[in-house]
Amino acid sequence: MSLAEQIVTDQPAEGWVTADGRQIGPVMMEMRNITLRFGGVEAIKDISFDIRQGEIRAIIGPNGAGKSSMLNVISGFYNPQEGEVWFHGQRRPRMRPYEVARQGVARTFQNIALFEGMTVLDNVMTGRLNHMKAGVFRQALWFGRAEREEIENREKVERIIDFLEIQSIRKTPVARLPYGLKKRVELARALAAEPKLLLLDEPMAGMNVEEKEDMSRFILDVNDEFGTTIALIEHDMGVVMDLSDRVVVMDYGRKIGDGTPDEVRSNQDVIDAYLGVAHD
Amino acid sequence: MPDQLLFAMEVFLNGLMAGVLYALVALGFVLIFKASGIFNYAQGVMALFAALTLVGIMEGQVPFSHLINAVFGTEIHHFGWHLPAVAAILLTGVVMVALAWAVNKLIFRHLVGQEPIILFMATIGLAYFMEGLGDIMWGADIKKLDVGLPQGINAWIDETTFNAFGYGFFIDNLDIWATVIAAVLVIALTIFSQYSKQGRALRAVADDHQAALSVGISLNFIWVLVWSIAGFVALVAGIMWGTKSGVQFSLSLIALKALPVLMLGGFTSIPGAIVGGLIIGVGEKLFEFLVGPLVGGATENWFAYVLALLFLVFRPQGLFGERIIERV
Repeated sequence: MSLAEQIVTDQPAEGWVTADGRQIGPVMMEMRNITLRFGGVEAIKDISFDIRQGEIRAIIGPNGAGKSSMLNVISGFYNPQEGEVWFHGQRRPRMRPYEVARQGVARTFQNIALFEGMTVLDNVMTGRLNHMKAGVFRQALWFGRAEREEIENREKVERIIDFLEIQSIRKTPVARLPYGLKKRVELARALAAEPKLLLLDEPMAGMNVEEKEDMSRFILDVNDEFGTTIALIEHDMGVVMDLSDRVVVMDYGRKIGDGTPDEVRSNQDVIDAYLGVAHD
Repeated sequence: MPDQLLFAMEVFLNGLMAGVLYALVALGFVLIFKASGIFNYAQGVMALFAALTLVGIMEGQVPFSHLINAVFGTEIHHFGWHLPAVAAILLTGVVMVALAWAVNKLIFRHLVGQEPIILFMATIGLAYFMEGLGDIMWGADIKKLDVGLPQGINAWIDETTFNAFGYGFFIDNLDIWATVIAAVLVIALTIFSQYSKQGRALRAVADDHQAALSVGISLNFIWVLVWSIAGFVALVAGIMWGTKSGVQFSLSLIALKALPVLMLGGFTSIPGAIVGGLIIGVGEKLFEFLVGPLVGGATENWFAYVLALLFLVFRPQGLFGERIIERV
């Protein structure tokens, strides 16, 4: 039995309620036997795992384990040589990143990719682009519908800006913001798309303790309040164990563990990988 | 007021009007450069091509007629219709959009991620290809273009200034129209880019490709859109220049005048293109008027380039361009 089948059969298909009362739904996205190569290097080796509706799913692992590559496969920035991606019970064909985004998968980047020349508000507004219908000509001529759309979307964006407590920098050009706030603006832009699945690539990298606490709180609130499914990569083990419902552990492109934080913590392979037992 | 001063004022005004036309060409460069980082050497040829196509469609000229006649021994030249200017302009607009699509599909899609110099070389190739294409399609003769824009001296300005100063200013109606149209175009483009969905997507692509993809923007679509807008701007520039001095192949050389305009204005600034165009326009006319007689005239040929050179030495990012600061 392959690992993927095992996961599906081991756990109730319709989901379950965790010990602390969190609702985990059915499988939303499934990676089946993904292999990704760059030339001769295998960044991801035959990995399968799933992401369930409403959960916070973490991908952890030492440097170079292939975590970011995995996130890039999910968001369509990389296309794996082997394996299948299933989304909402359908096999996803080869897609370009913007097509994946239009399916409701939003993401942030490890090295912040914001539109530096634009204001915070404009940056967050770009997240709404796929919710705006008026075509080029209508836009160009500024007919009523385009205007109404702009106003509606603006309201949604303002709510997100309030939610993430960045009202005071709404009109500030992003280039002038400190690192921690940029991370938050990037999260706001991803949220503005009202994604079904939110991918966060090291949302707390380079932050101090206080900023990390803020970001953790925001991630939990987002999951709570909007019911957004979240998959995140993070180095800080403490943060990961506190936040996530289930954890995938990667090392050298392979999956070495998968389960609740407690299960993963007691997994000997995971302990070895983190404590640095020699690989053969 | 002394005559000399009045005459200088007239020269100044005429310079402004000429500057508007430079600005129009420069604007096309800026649009494409901002969104895709491509310095489009073919922008001037696009203006020429647009003007040629416009005349051809208006006059009902059969495209490739020389080629067809040479191959099949036929004698076809005209469809025998005359289209109204508005219809012809719309059709030419369609041609320019098709051209934008083809250019992206056939050339720039395959060059994504290449060095800027390679993209630049591709546009040089494109420029010569389009010049040849225009020649084969519509013929190399100088054509008259008249889309119904008023031409000739503006009598009202002439009279008013004559009554006020005893000296009538010679301002061409066409120049006034060019100024108005350019102003409308710039305002429309600004509103479009600042407040519309596609405009926002366009600025996003100009800023960061990866981030743009992550919010669901198709780079290809935006590039076709930008090249279409640049094609449209080229069409407007082609109409103005074509009406003023006939549609001829030297039109593509005005692209070179846009270069100093860009040096002044900065490659990434729309207001910069406008102000740069006006400065070059006024500068070269006034310089010719004031200094020209001392050095034997013909300063208009080189003034713009010398000015650009000075800018390159002292303010390489131009008046409005983004300052490039290298972090070490």
